[in-house]
Amino acid sequence: MSKRPAHPRPSPSPDPRRGRSARHQPSSLQDQVREKIKAYPGTTTYIDLIRKNKRDSFLLMLGMIALGVGLGAIIGAVIGGYSGAGATDDPGSLAFYIPSIILGASVALVVGVLGSIWSYFQGANAILRMVHAKEITPELDAELFNVVDEMRIAAGIPMPKVYLIPESALNAFATGRDPEHGVVAITTGLRAKLNRDELQGVIAHEIAHIRHFDIRFSLLMATMVGLIVMACDIFLRIAFHGGMRSRRSSDKGGGAAVLIMILLAVVLSIVAPILARFIQMAYSRQREYLADAGAVELTRNPEGLASALSKLAGDDEPLVDLANRGTAHMFIVNPLRKMRKSHQSMKSMFSSHPPVADRIARLMALAR
Amino acid sequence: MEWLIFLGVFAAVVVVVALWLIAAYNKLVRLRVDADNGWSQIDVQLKRRYDLIPNLVETVKGYASHEKETLDAVISARAKAVSVHDASNAGAKEMGMSEGMLTQALGRLIAVAEAYPDLKANTNFLSLQEELSSTENKIGFSRQHFNDTVGRYEEARQSFPVNIVAGVFNFEKRDYFEITEPAAKEAPKVSF
Repeated sequence: MSKRPAHPRPSPSPDPRRGRSARHQPSSLQDQVREKIKAYPGTTTYIDLIRKNKRDSFLLMLGMIALGVGLGAIIGAVIGGYSGAGATDDPGSLAFYIPSIILGASVALVVGVLGSIWSYFQGANAILRMVHAKEITPELDAELFNVVDEMRIAAGIPMPKVYLIPESALNAFATGRDPEHGVVAITTGLRAKLNRDELQGVIAHEIAHIRHFDIRFSLLMATMVGLIVMACDIFLRIAFHGGMRSRRSSDKGGGAAVLIMILLAVVLSIVAPILARFIQMAYSRQREYLADAGAVELTRNPEGLASALSKLAGDDEPLVDLANRGTAHMFIVNPLRKMRKSHQSMKSMFSSHPPVADRIARLMALAR
Repeated sequence: MEWLIFLGVFAAVVVVVALWLIAAYNKLVRLRVDADNGWSQIDVQLKRRYDLIPNLVETVKGYASHEKETLDAVISARAKAVSVHDASNAGAKEMGMSEGMLTQALGRLIAVAEAYPDLKANTNFLSLQEELSSTENKIGFSRQHFNDTVGRYEEARQSFPVNIVAGVFNFEKRDYFEITEPAAKEAPKVSF
């Protein structure tokens, strides 16, 4: 195989509108990559990255479940306290709240499971229709079809359906609930810009998503976030209305305990949605890194994907019409990144994708 | 009364060990089946290459008929590879060598075809070349996948304590599949 250049070409010069007042030049992509690469020991292999990643993803998933169940329990307890349902009549004792805690947690779990099952079967086709994707056969685009075929052979999964999206924006995504129902899509803009090695890297990244069941897990996370947001919203309404009513009913000694519970629940209801979304985005970033490492596992060629990512980094055109917050996590680069330029500091915490420089640095660390 | 507790604990331990044995056995079976599937996938790609070659040889012959040596080398390498593949005791090692020779002969043929602009412009040749190149890639990737599955199977088979289960139930060693290209015997003669 011919030797490819070790580093991607530097990105285009910085935005001239910022030039006069800015004291320092923003570092080029190549400089950023060179800095970040130092964080990785020289012997890092894709296997190490994959192992560490799976562990972190598992912990994040656990955190999300704990948040949901804990929230359900507390809300259930508070609601139980209001309505007077309990083992004893004394609102001050803990036993008063136990049945409602159990009820609250069970309801949260059951609704969560039902919601997940529902979204499990809905996903793929709706999204494809949304982006006006066109299915590709070997006759229509032999090279693209062959690249996907090669990567799925390396992955040991059945051949996914291949779609071309008629857009000049540079992006690609994967969907489908498991490898038997896999779908890979790429924009015509990106298809035209990449050479075969880079295309192979991008397709390998998408196939890695399918292989790791990322689509399934992302739907699960999104469902849990949705439920948490919904539960908090409902609870806040109940709290405000119920607060008026409780003054009338007898609250002998339990008034203080109930009030503390209410305060705690209200604070949680405001904080929980933010926390949930943070966990969801952190998980999404982890899976992107995992897909990058998985792509190297398939191609054994980190430079291909790294080169493709550097080409993607230079492109600013957003795929806004066709993507929204709900679907952003499935694309290879964040399709909404242009919209976020105004809040740079918030960007990394709530972005569904890691910064491109970090991703390239991790890949090039494997190439050493 | 104590013997009842002792019996209960003993029964629990037996159940746990039995469950672990079942899990270990099934894991070995799963990994072995993965390796077998991986091997059959390589087979699909090798057969595909055999099927592409006659058409390719005919197309090249139409434009470069006096490259007889190169064309004959491809034809004979293919015949040898097919016979080794179809033999009842087809081993990974022998196949690796015959497939390697075929890869080398095909490489020479494509290199030779570079000197014929009419041939390079022929759409049939171009699509065959893409198919052949893709098939070579697929052979490579299916081999990579197969070797990965063999690696996982061997790791489980040799690790303690699963290796005890492997030994008891006779889970055999699986070989990796390497395609070795023989050293160049002589430079290809290209006549203009």
